[in-house]
Amino acid sequence: MSTAETTLYRIEVGLREDLPDPAGAGLAGEFKTLGLPAPERARTVRLYWLEGPFERAQMEAVARELFSDPVTERCAIDAPVYETNGQSVRSVEVVRKPGVMDPVVGSIRKALADRGLHPTLIATGRKALFYGDLDHETLRLAGRRILANESIEEIHIDCAAPVHRIRGQAPFVLRMVPLRGKSDAELEQISKDGTLSLTLAEMKSIVAHYELLGRDPTDVELETIAQTWSEHCRHKTLKGCVEFTGPGGQKKRYENLLKETIVHATETVNHPACLSVFKDNAGVVAFDEQWAVTFKVETHNHPSAIEPYGGAGTGIGGVIRDTLGTGLGAKPIANTDVFCFGLPDTPFDALPAGTLHPRRVMSGVVSGVRDYGNRMGIPTVNGAVHFDPRYVGNPLVYAGSVGLIPRNQIEKAARPGDLIVALGGRTGRDGIHGATFSSVELTSESEAVNSGAVQIGNAIEEKKVLDVMLRARDEGLYSCVTDCGAGGFSSAVGEMGEHTGAEVDLETVPLKYAGLSYTEIWISEAQERMVLAVPPEHWARLQALCREEDVEATAIGRFASDGQLKLRYRGIAVGEMAMSFLHGGLPKVERKAVWNGPSDGGAALRAEPSGAPPQAHADVLKAILAHPTVASKHRVIRQYDHEVQGRTVLKPLVGASDDGPGDAAVITPVLGSTKGIALSNGLCPQFTDLDPREMAKLAVDEALRNSVAVGGDPAHTFILDNFSWGRTSRPEQLGSLVLTCEGATEAAIAYGLPFISGKDSLNNEYAFGEKTIAIPGTLLVSALAIVPDVRECVTMDLKRAGNLIFLVGETGGELGASHYNLVTARSPLDGACPRVDLERAKKTYFILHACIREKLIASCHDLSEGGLAVAAAEMAFAGGLGLLMGLEHVPGGAELSDEQLLFSESPSRFLVEVEREKSELIQNAFRGLPCACIGSVDESPILAISRPAGPDQVRTLVHAGIEELKAAWLGTPNG
Amino acid sequence: MSQPSVLLLRTAGTNCDEEAAFAFTQAGARVEPVHIRRLAEQPGLLDEHRILALPGGFSYGDDLGSGVVLAHEIRQRLSEPFSRFVERGGLVLGICNGFQVLVKTGLLPGAAYRAGDASAWAATLTYNDSQRFEDRWVWLEVGQSDSPFLIGQAGRRVTFPVAHGEGKFVTRDEDTLRRIVDGRQVAFRYVGANGAPPAYPENPNGSLADIAGITDETGRVLGLMPHPERYALPWQHPRWTREGLKEEADGMFLFRNAVNYARGA
Repeated sequence: MSTAETTLYRIEVGLREDLPDPAGAGLAGEFKTLGLPAPERARTVRLYWLEGPFERAQMEAVARELFSDPVTERCAIDAPVYETNGQSVRSVEVVRKPGVMDPVVGSIRKALADRGLHPTLIATGRKALFYGDLDHETLRLAGRRILANESIEEIHIDCAAPVHRIRGQAPFVLRMVPLRGKSDAELEQISKDGTLSLTLAEMKSIVAHYELLGRDPTDVELETIAQTWSEHCRHKTLKGCVEFTGPGGQKKRYENLLKETIVHATETVNHPACLSVFKDNAGVVAFDEQWAVTFKVETHNHPSAIEPYGGAGTGIGGVIRDTLGTGLGAKPIANTDVFCFGLPDTPFDALPAGTLHPRRVMSGVVSGVRDYGNRMGIPTVNGAVHFDPRYVGNPLVYAGSVGLIPRNQIEKAARPGDLIVALGGRTGRDGIHGATFSSVELTSESEAVNSGAVQIGNAIEEKKVLDVMLRARDEGLYSCVTDCGAGGFSSAVGEMGEHTGAEVDLETVPLKYAGLSYTEIWISEAQERMVLAVPPEHWARLQALCREEDVEATAIGRFASDGQLKLRYRGIAVGEMAMSFLHGGLPKVERKAVWNGPSDGGAALRAEPSGAPPQAHADVLKAILAHPTVASKHRVIRQYDHEVQGRTVLKPLVGASDDGPGDAAVITPVLGSTKGIALSNGLCPQFTDLDPREMAKLAVDEALRNSVAVGGDPAHTFILDNFSWGRTSRPEQLGSLVLTCEGATEAAIAYGLPFISGKDSLNNEYAFGEKTIAIPGTLLVSALAIVPDVRECVTMDLKRAGNLIFLVGETGGELGASHYNLVTARSPLDGACPRVDLERAKKTYFILHACIREKLIASCHDLSEGGLAVAAAEMAFAGGLGLLMGLEHVPGGAELSDEQLLFSESPSRFLVEVEREKSELIQNAFRGLPCACIGSVDESPILAISRPAGPDQVRTLVHAGIEELKAAWLGTPNG
Repeated sequence: MSQPSVLLLRTAGTNCDEEAAFAFTQAGARVEPVHIRRLAEQPGLLDEHRILALPGGFSYGDDLGSGVVLAHEIRQRLSEPFSRFVERGGLVLGICNGFQVLVKTGLLPGAAYRAGDASAWAATLTYNDSQRFEDRWVWLEVGQSDSPFLIGQAGRRVTFPVAHGEGKFVTRDEDTLRRIVDGRQVAFRYVGANGAPPAYPENPNGSLADIAGITDETGRVLGLMPHPERYALPWQHPRWTREGLKEEADGMFLFRNAVNYARGA
């Protein structure tokens, strides 16, 4: 046993000086990207602090054997690892703000415990050294823009960073919140002061309830109501009454918008494979006799705007917990991610105050998804990235999770007498509606700041929870489970105990650090926690499993039978409320919605302007291929492990060089089986401005046609809706949302696609000074389709010279909001909004699917951004083959301009490659539908597109080498 | 015929266990997943198995470097049982994170390289030259080796995916590298598609001598960065829609060789 005095050691680790330092070089390079004076060179150093009764020699061994790589690195204790040797060197040290999660600390604690060392303090940080003359202002800017995020980290220039300690114990005081007899203004103030987000009508319902009880609520009761009634948990707007006024002044009233549109579609389609929809944490559909698959997509927009890395990581972590909390727990088998960002070339001085640069947001978000998904061992298989200047203040992060669950594990219910068990991470002040660490509760050498609102995830903690939960599930050790998400225990326990009642002893909850009040414990949104209902007879076995897997499990209460939620702290009652009021007492929201913009009829009237300045079509094509929304996402995709678990049959990148843009991913949920699912998405917010109803149909169409293109069965396709909108308390925002719901419903019913789950995020506006930027109304439709036999799947890369190319679907003169407009001099909205012919498209999809099953199709690619020309170029360079096309027979194309033929974004279209001897079969199959042979695959690596220009004359529209087109597509720096 | 048994070592952050178990099972083995906490308490469990597999993943988040915390745990608590297992003729396979762990425990490149100091590694797997995690398929050539894992496969060109951020193989010094190469310990090398010397991304991480995997001196301990268990089924190949479905996926030979050897041993 060591008898040394408690000492704080600081350990620095850096690369051996004789080795090349790509990290340092990359850092120096980033100065140039930002236009800052660059250092001659830079070095990066890792920092560790350990405190305990340790001898220096012990710390030297730890530094050598644990903190540094003896082959490539050097370390130093209480000294700089790099000598300055009289050179001009500036340093920037970065440490986390107090209370911000640091997953590395847990691993260090574990490893030191393996050596019998138990430190009283562990902290980590990082340091950058810059050689050469740099002024303080440059370092300050670099600190902010490259090295650290000040919402969670501190920057210390040319001095050693301090170590933070969290101390203190909050004295226990039972707080009542006097509500009875308060005026309307006072009630509104109470809601505002407490960041409860309760409306006046809601506050009044609460007052009325407590007047009946003859008392005031305690603080924890009021918080519980606020959490349970929050927009996030209840979707008050979508489920509320809407008074809608359309363009002609016609009125329509919805009593429950969601129920009468999206849910109505699902009920109308009435698909027999839907096993659980709109009630659990994810939608559940039958996969085969034994298994079901689950799918959920979440938005995590606001946290990702403030701290992209942590926000995106906790976003993916949260949706994975939804999968774990579906039924008795599904195994996550795939992730999806769809992002919307501001334009990557936005100049710094054009950024609204307080926003991060879109590049910074993007790289943080991608890293966050990468680190969480990869560490959890879940393949990220499908996604999209969309760019628009209006996302600059409100980037959107949609994270999806697919799960696999035995069909007999879908039903769950907590029973009276079951223990309430908290599983996984400990509870801290994380995510308590932006609550700040107050100076009373926190003593630190630096300023105490708000870091509760922003969270960092710990993927390994969640992986441990996943591992132990699936073992416990298969042993039948619990009767119900849900995740601890928004609202923390208050939502999770409140939801599980809705029909039973529950009692919780809040002091039993394991805490990250002392000093939390009983209310903070109850509503903390700390990550990586699940709540189980465990029959007492299984508790000992569950504890044993958890010990073996090193996961903390604590019984914090019991489900009851009296329908009451009882909260105690150290034996004292701090809250008692009826579940019936908590879940049934919310007054209905009444909202007004209006739409004055173009709608169905209006869109058709937008004529195509003629006489646009001529631009070489090949240049336009290259410009669209290089547009960030269209350009290759390989830098993003390759950072995600998209094939861990061995399930991925069609990967996101396909073709001769594994780099073409696949339409949808296909995985085999049951390893070894040849039955699969296709995962795809549809997102086209550029059309919301033109016609929200049509936009919704286009998004549904895009999701379906992507999955059909690879072999997804249109008769067994299931979809999810995720709405991200501006402030829907403004009638015109709500108006476009209403039309979107209507359009999505119409398309879903026509195509026979049930919605199985959804989510909304309705406050995406960024206010700065006098101005407000609202995002374009953004509907993400995610699709999951059954693939009967994955060996029949088709990819989009051209396969063989000599094969014929068919264009399936009709082309219209629809350049409104097209990518053609974005890269030419035209105004973005010029032209007609593309329109979906739902009935004809449905027939097309079923026939195409049948052709794929008959193995008539060598390759297939859907037409979307950039239309025919872009799809043709992508197929050619993905296959490393040329393509010769003549456009005289394009269905619907006779009267169209060259631009419209090449670049119109009309929906429900495909380019299909067919062997010559099968072409007649294809023509027969599509008889009566728009379909024409328009070209052939060629050995020479050229994309050549022509059109007749009078008798015996042909005009060349595009003649470009596929390598040149591919270079344009690969070139945009997205990563 | 007896069914050889594989102990599949799990810990916090192990995540390629299911597909590794699938590949071994397909090759005819029985697989028992065992958490390291249980193994540390009952090291005798190793005696019941012929093969020890360390699958890929992010053990303890790779928080102090890839595989470091798990390797440290094995050095502290299981060093002796692991060495005994190898001496007794057991096979050890480390894939990706498992390879990183084997190198950082000293089991690779082997006992003779340790030179008295158990904590001094002879080699390491460090950050990719690209400084990024990357998932891509690579071409590999099987080394001239006597390892039971590689019987009859020397010189064969195969393709597996890599998916790692820290896969650059580096040795303590040039002499160590020479000993590994001369000692027929190179199990897999990255090659170009046509067998030519690889450039990035054919050598995806900048490994010295294009080394993708090595064995110890006995050949019974094998570690590699690429994932053979992710090519155990023909439709896991990225270009099967162009090139057709193979009779047997490239990755299976490794598992079959291991199982056959264990069956005979």
